[in-house]
Amino acid sequence: MYNKITQDDIKALCKIVGEENVICGENISPDYGHDELGGIEKMPDVLVRVHSTEEISAIMKLAWEKVIPVTVRGSGTGLVGAAVPVEGGILMETTQMNKILELDRDNLTVTVQPGVLLMELAAFAEENDFLYPPDPGEKSATIGGNISTNAGGMRAVKYGVTRDYVRALTVVMPNGEIINLGGKVAKNSSGYSLKDLVVGSEGTLCIITEAVLKLVPLPKISVSLLVPFSDMKSAIEAVPQIFRSKVTPTAIEYMSRDTILFSEDYLGKKFPDTKNDAYILLTFDGNTDEQVDADMKAVADLCLEIGAIDVYIVDTEERKKSVWSARGAFLEAIKASTTEMDECDVVVPVNKVDEFIKFTHLLADEMKVRIPSFGHAGDGNLHIYICRDNLEQKEWENTLEKCFERMYNKAEELGGLVSGEHGIGFAKKGYLKKLYGDTPIALMQGIKQVFDAKNILNPGKIMS
Amino acid sequence: MNILVCVKQVPGSSNVEVDPVTGVLKRDGIQSKMNPYDLYGVELALSLTEKYGGEVHTITMGPPQAKGVIVETICMGAKDGVVLSDRKFAGADVLATAYTISQGIKKSGKYDLIICGKQTTDGDTAQVGAEVAEFLGLPNVANVISVDEIENGSVTLNASLDEKVVKMSVKMPCLISVDGDINSPRLPSYKVKQTVTDDMVKFICFDDFEDKNPDNYGLSGSATQVERIFPPEKNSEKCTISGNPEEQTESLFNLICARKLI
Repeated sequence: MYNKITQDDIKALCKIVGEENVICGENISPDYGHDELGGIEKMPDVLVRVHSTEEISAIMKLAWEKVIPVTVRGSGTGLVGAAVPVEGGILMETTQMNKILELDRDNLTVTVQPGVLLMELAAFAEENDFLYPPDPGEKSATIGGNISTNAGGMRAVKYGVTRDYVRALTVVMPNGEIINLGGKVAKNSSGYSLKDLVVGSEGTLCIITEAVLKLVPLPKISVSLLVPFSDMKSAIEAVPQIFRSKVTPTAIEYMSRDTILFSEDYLGKKFPDTKNDAYILLTFDGNTDEQVDADMKAVADLCLEIGAIDVYIVDTEERKKSVWSARGAFLEAIKASTTEMDECDVVVPVNKVDEFIKFTHLLADEMKVRIPSFGHAGDGNLHIYICRDNLEQKEWENTLEKCFERMYNKAEELGGLVSGEHGIGFAKKGYLKKLYGDTPIALMQGIKQVFDAKNILNPGKIMS
Repeated sequence: MNILVCVKQVPGSSNVEVDPVTGVLKRDGIQSKMNPYDLYGVELALSLTEKYGGEVHTITMGPPQAKGVIVETICMGAKDGVVLSDRKFAGADVLATAYTISQGIKKSGKYDLIICGKQTTDGDTAQVGAEVAEFLGLPNVANVISVDEIENGSVTLNASLDEKVVKMSVKMPCLISVDGDINSPRLPSYKVKQTVTDDMVKFICFDDFEDKNPDNYGLSGSATQVERIFPPEKNSEKCTISGNPEEQTESLFNLICARKLI
């Protein structure tokens, strides 16, 4: 149904972006055939590096006319194959569209190109006394990728997710038309929110070429608490009680001793405390010492009351670095601890996190497989990894399939959803379909059809 | 075994600005914290007492609010601490500071081992440890990266000389200054903080000292005077080099040559 790229198409692409930005066939690095987790692999026929909205528009006009599939890729840090060109065709890399275009201090917005990295945006905002609250662990992801998956991150407990910070988007439609969605406005009741539909659409509806993002004033004070518990059950059970105390931390993460030890090995750096089996890590921010201290004290006292072994104060740059750098490396550290792994990024109601984690422990025992996890205890989004270790290929495939099925069934039973922040991409399509049922999937397919009648943009993803 | 760790309260941010007119550090609104290099000293001391028994005590010099840094060491596991505080100590350079601390150490107790951080993040001189040892007549080793063992009144340790590591055995009492990044300092405990009482932090002033000659302290006891503090010149000039790797390399090479940098 798609046309193969011809030499004429290559010439046309070279004319649009310049010869040096068009890479074909065997000259394309194998890295472009997979994302960070691997597993789903397919090389594009041509890799095109783009630099402007106009270039993208011209490419899409060509692809639309010639019916060539196009997949957009940022840093390639995805975990579900969303940026893998499963139908081949053009892979469009946006990393060179990496300019921060405007800081609007009156409207508290920053305008960026999609290839700006999350860590660059975070640093830029901070230098200017602002905070860009979404804070996913993968700091080298592009903002375009973050918007496309509606990435969440650790500060979601208090500040929400990427969608809450996208004010406006400039996008290129699959036929090459350039349109603007949303605006530098705080309110918007102007018809269907197409902007919000594009956020989280994993590059299937249109191509984001510019984004206006909301900033908040940088909180002057930020302190974390590392709270050790004798076991994971007690650690996780503390979280709903913290919410009941009506204090809202910025982040509540949980981590097990095993995961921390993997991270020590991976980073070659000792964590400040590894004596206990389970930890929760909380952050509080605000503008006065009194306010932050009061919140911190309330939660610290509560934790001790309900059985925490101690409460450690993480209050200086050095201490924050020693704790949060380990937290930031968990995914890579677990990956380095095994031969192969796959991940489950379910989200469940906050008061069901404990039940879900317990379930994964039982499942690990039953399936005789290692299932380490960490995640956002404060928003119910868990990152659970099934490790292959020494399993034979066939055994691994069977185990993986059974584990995933059982975990997604459990998530459904607890009122949860397939993905909290990594997206559906290619890898989780079946689970989405099963959980949502026919009508929601048909609605999504209908929306896709309206945006992209020729199905050339990131085909084979989410629900297709 | 009695171990004493010298600590200092420094500005909490690494971005403290200098007033270009007065040359004074703009400390308003900047929180303070323990000198990061001292954290490694506190951690080493605590891990040594965990292994060999004994107690960790800490000492600092500064205004009364420097008590906070002593409380922090107690929250990390020290037994108690001393604040050397007196208006007569104000304006001290490294020499007067080291002398004041040595007097304070004599007054506060007897120690088998005194540990200092490599340097502070506000003064950056890395001299106080060695000078304190000199005033106390103690052997001193700087840039210590690890302690192998303590046995028969001696400490066997490794010190970095950049190109090589020297292993040596030093008779105690002695003073060592530890390098940065040699361990992962433990975090202060909120639980312990709830139990800290006033008597755990002792204040010592000029009148408590053995040497009561005011000329040996503060500004008058200083061998050096700071003439001017000024921020380094800022250079915000930026240039972006584009093109393929070969073109970029050539442009960069031409630029460096034009600036006569090579």
